[in-house]
Amino acid sequence: MRSQTPVTRHVHIRVGFDLLNWPNRKTADIISTVEFNHTGELLATGDKGGRVVIFQREPESKNAPHSQGEYDVYSTFQSHEPEFDYLKSLEIEEKINKIKWLPQQNAAHSLLSTNDKTIKLWKITERDKRPEGYNLKDEEGKLKDLSTVTSLQVPVLKPMDLMVEVSPRRVFANGHTYHINSISVNSDCETYMSADDLRINLWHLAVTDRSFNIVDIKPANMEDLTEVITASEFHPHHCNLFVYSSSKGSLRLCDMRAAALCDKHSKLFEEPEDPSNRSFFSEIISSVSDVKFSHSGRYMLTRDYLTVKVWDLNMEARPLETYQVHDYLRSKLCSLYENDCIFDKFECAWNGSDSVIMTGAYNNFFRMFDRNTKRDVTLEASRESSKPRAVLKPRRVCVGGKRRRDDISVDSLDFTKKILHTAWHPTENIIAIAATNNLYIFQDKVNSDMH
Amino acid sequence: MFARGLKRKCADHEEDMGGALAGFRAVPSYSLQRQSLLDMSLVKLQLCHMLVEPNLCRSVLIANTVRQIQEEMTQDGTWRVAAPQSTGRAPLDRLVSTEILCRSMREQDGVHPAPGMGDDHVLGPGSELSTVTSAQTPRDPQNSVWEMDSPRENRGNFQKSLDQIFETLETRNPSSAEELFSDMDSSYYDLDTVLTGVVSRAEPGPCDGLQGLPPVATPASSSSCKSDLGELDHVMEILVET
Repeated sequence: MRSQTPVTRHVHIRVGFDLLNWPNRKTADIISTVEFNHTGELLATGDKGGRVVIFQREPESKNAPHSQGEYDVYSTFQSHEPEFDYLKSLEIEEKINKIKWLPQQNAAHSLLSTNDKTIKLWKITERDKRPEGYNLKDEEGKLKDLSTVTSLQVPVLKPMDLMVEVSPRRVFANGHTYHINSISVNSDCETYMSADDLRINLWHLAVTDRSFNIVDIKPANMEDLTEVITASEFHPHHCNLFVYSSSKGSLRLCDMRAAALCDKHSKLFEEPEDPSNRSFFSEIISSVSDVKFSHSGRYMLTRDYLTVKVWDLNMEARPLETYQVHDYLRSKLCSLYENDCIFDKFECAWNGSDSVIMTGAYNNFFRMFDRNTKRDVTLEASRESSKPRAVLKPRRVCVGGKRRRDDISVDSLDFTKKILHTAWHPTENIIAIAATNNLYIFQDKVNSDMH
Repeated sequence: MFARGLKRKCADHEEDMGGALAGFRAVPSYSLQRQSLLDMSLVKLQLCHMLVEPNLCRSVLIANTVRQIQEEMTQDGTWRVAAPQSTGRAPLDRLVSTEILCRSMREQDGVHPAPGMGDDHVLGPGSELSTVTSAQTPRDPQNSVWEMDSPRENRGNFQKSLDQIFETLETRNPSSAEELFSDMDSSYYDLDTVLTGVVSRAEPGPCDGLQGLPPVATPASSSSCKSDLGELDHVMEILVET
């Protein structure tokens, strides 16, 4: 990372709708997932109300240099609806937990979106031409009076305003008893996996009535349950490898070639507990909330409550690198347990070259760590501090001792403003930050000048 | 009465070791704090019984915390097997500790019923839902994750003590969802209030030695219990057909 903060220009897009007919509809706007597609041209967000909003990056043009590469709304659709499980007398939330894009294979784009129970495959197509000049129908589609037809014409395709059409192609239902926390598309582009608290299933993208269970950690007696699956992901290159994380802070790398049911891990990644830091909250804060393979496939990134860790696939005994996200919270764990914040699940992200990692925190802060220079920065995603095309100012949380002018003290942090979901463009320095019901997209001006 | 070992294991109690603080506040002993942590955890497990299926990960982590405390208390010898003659005393001790430390926490959480934790009709809010809940008696044994898996004697006795605690603390029997939460500050659930974190309460709480954080509820929290309150009213209307 350069000596000054790299992110300069920003586009602030407010994603929020005021639906007045449902009493608590305002909470429906809370963004619950953010995901760039493989080229970075499209950015999908899911929210608590079951909606998906897709943004598209405008092509850079020399005529309007200030609007280079900004993201505009491309499509909005209702992916999931609330359901009621009559057998258990429980609601099934429509909140979108995860979105994953499929690699693009033709003109259409496809993505998987999932709530707690059901995964759906959506196809997004564009229509920017329409045929005109039919012989038998007029422009409104009504049949022509044949006596008025004196000559034949060949219908021509005329340009029209771009229309984006979204249609559900597959619905993968009834695969999960527990709540789905992750989905991951395999590098073979034919299969994907979905993980809930206790099981992981493998699906074929074309088959909805069947899935294969590849991990099952449900104990015979539920009273013996002490550990759940928290996240999982396929290796980016090896289609037989995947990793899943647990609430006890361990990672298991599994090889699907070894057995049909991958209950035996190939590798177990676990850091021994630090006895000097032991407390009643040790296990809770060690629970891994997110795991991401690096683009290279050589490393894994995990997020637990206070740290992000980089693991080398060849070293199981301990992480390669550990970065403190907000260690000043370590003395506040009891209060954070009381108000449930200790259970917040933060995500983490790699940049395109695997040299910088990013994760969110409280008070609308998010953190970036440069693995090479070992420098880190805290930035804030808020309207007050982010005017368009302004340079983001690094923030600092002070823990007592010398306090600089713009420092925030730990006690004034707003714990309702949490940045759980962040995403990094696959190749460029563009990041998407979800702050409750607002989406921020920050771009690195320096980088985009260098082409 | 309380274990005298002062070795603090809860990391967040380190701060109140400063001599300056000791004079100003009665810093609760480690045992009291541990006890209140235990009570808090049990309350959290209870609060999960709402309309949306509770977050299993959160429940498992809380249950593991309870187990850890239990194990430690068993080793300390403070985990009392409630013999008949001491039944009267043990819960009272607990009452004292929770009363001292968790006064404001009680105000915050209101009263809640204690369905026996292993029982099958686990939905707290009331009788209007009883016809619905009884249908779900052969429910996925998922709810048993909140049972103590410690030795059966301890579980039974602990449950008895727990029931006694809740019986004495309850001022009325909540028979509807509205009653259950009626003594809570309704602004707590107003979205704007919550998101701006303005709801502030005097929070002596069990973690008093800290420069405490105002514990603010989060509608986006994974348990989503509190955020479903509006939906709860909505569904109550449907079920009760008012």
